[in-house]
Amino acid sequence: MKFLTKQRGKQLKQTLAFGTFRLVSFSVIGVLFLILGFIVVRGLPAISWDFLTKMPENGMTEGGILPAIVGTLCLVAGSMIFAFPVGVFSGIYINEYLKESWFKKLVRSMTNNLAGVPSIVFGLFGMALFVDQLDFGDSILAGSLTLGLMVLPVIIRTTEEALKTVDDSMRLGSYALGATKLQTIRKVVLPICYPNIVTGLILSVSRVSGETAPILFTAATYFIDRLPNSIFDQVMALPYHLYVLTTSGTDMEKTRPIAYGTALVLIAIVLFVNLLANSARRYFNNKLK
Amino acid sequence: MPNFKVEAKNFNLYYSEFQALKNIQFQAEENTITAFIGPSGCGKSTLLRSFNRMNDLIPGVRTEGETLVNGVNVYDKSVNVDELRKQVGMVFQKPNPFPKSIFENVAYALRVDGIRDKRYIEEKVVNSLQQAALWDEVKDKLKKSANALSGGQQQRLCIARALAIAPSILLMDEPASALDPISTSKIEELIYDLKRNYTIIIVTHNMQQAARVSDRTAFFYLGELVECDETKTIFTNPKSLRTQNYITGKFG
Repeated sequence: MKFLTKQRGKQLKQTLAFGTFRLVSFSVIGVLFLILGFIVVRGLPAISWDFLTKMPENGMTEGGILPAIVGTLCLVAGSMIFAFPVGVFSGIYINEYLKESWFKKLVRSMTNNLAGVPSIVFGLFGMALFVDQLDFGDSILAGSLTLGLMVLPVIIRTTEEALKTVDDSMRLGSYALGATKLQTIRKVVLPICYPNIVTGLILSVSRVSGETAPILFTAATYFIDRLPNSIFDQVMALPYHLYVLTTSGTDMEKTRPIAYGTALVLIAIVLFVNLLANSARRYFNNKLK
Repeated sequence: MPNFKVEAKNFNLYYSEFQALKNIQFQAEENTITAFIGPSGCGKSTLLRSFNRMNDLIPGVRTEGETLVNGVNVYDKSVNVDELRKQVGMVFQKPNPFPKSIFENVAYALRVDGIRDKRYIEEKVVNSLQQAALWDEVKDKLKKSANALSGGQQQRLCIARALAIAPSILLMDEPASALDPISTSKIEELIYDLKRNYTIIIVTHNMQQAARVSDRTAFFYLGELVECDETKTIFTNPKSLRTQNYITGKFG
């Protein structure tokens, strides 16, 4: 029974391979949950209504983190207002309008390179351009634009990739009915890839909300005892607050729980945004079905 | 001189260096069905797409000579391509309904045309679906997605979509080749019925289909229009040996 033994050898290989894959993926997921659990366990005691709605007090050893929450939300909103339209329009232009040529290749590779630039470099650039040259000062505006620049390549790429998934037969079908290119893009192509574009947007929101380096020299401040009331105000931000509390707080013992609480809030925001992304994606997908 | 609906005069087409169509002379009269047959790569789809200038979308395409619709050279500089395509509807090989509702698929062309009148759009949608012999099957689910329809229904929806803006010419690029036999025969019946109101050119690889539905048949080979005549003549008494060899299955 030769085929039986061979079968067994194959089966062993299969089991081994699957076992390895399973082990690797489970350990990755395990580590993820470990981190999450660690932060939840350490951070949860710090969370209270006051923590979310009060100003920091006593050299940030007590009180809440409201200005940091508001600051991060402002920076995220500002960067998206700038980066989303610019990124999506660029993606549409590159994928739908630009003909295959050396120029298109150049634009593509530049976008890719830009995506790989370390965020601290963007921070430095933002400081030179927005803070100093354009004289916005350390402000929400300067920080948002810097963050926006940083995620721009990501948004352009996701838009491009989303557009590429739309089958050409859809475009041809639309042209054949006498639709113009703009009508085809607006009414046929974009509705098909909304889910993917929205997902890209939301992923960049999570990325932006967690970044420290780009806002280090452009927007974030160590401590401020009031909420921003214009886009030219400096703000506190969650990731920077976390950094400050853990490295240069006035009293490490007392600030440590607040730091974990801050981390938890940051993670909760990112998680919430991701859930939002998923439901938005599902909503648009259902609309297509 | 008879008034031809669709014509090609000394028409040449190049994909970069490759000459895909060689000095084509072709005419189709109003309210007739012409079948384009020939082996793959013979240029029949290319010529079809030259009547509504879908070839424009392929980079590197160059043309010489004229293709005429209603006596107008469609490659003339003054021709508005979008308007031309509203005159010359097209149905593709693979059904390609938009991922929208059945109603919106048909209404799309009207909306693109700038029509806002709801009553008019509704009327047109119903009418087009009736013409495409799809109305009875979908009248209760116009709001449902077109993707839920069967392949044959999707193809008839694409035909309805093309009819909505009232073209006078329908180009069909192997419209039944991706369908099962029953759907195919439905499409064929439909094409035959549409002849009353439209001038139809259909590309097909199916010889029986050409024989069943068309009035005239054009045989293409290596970019040349070898022979174009009454379908009966082509299938029973072709002038060219190449035509005879192809339709009897000796090559192709």
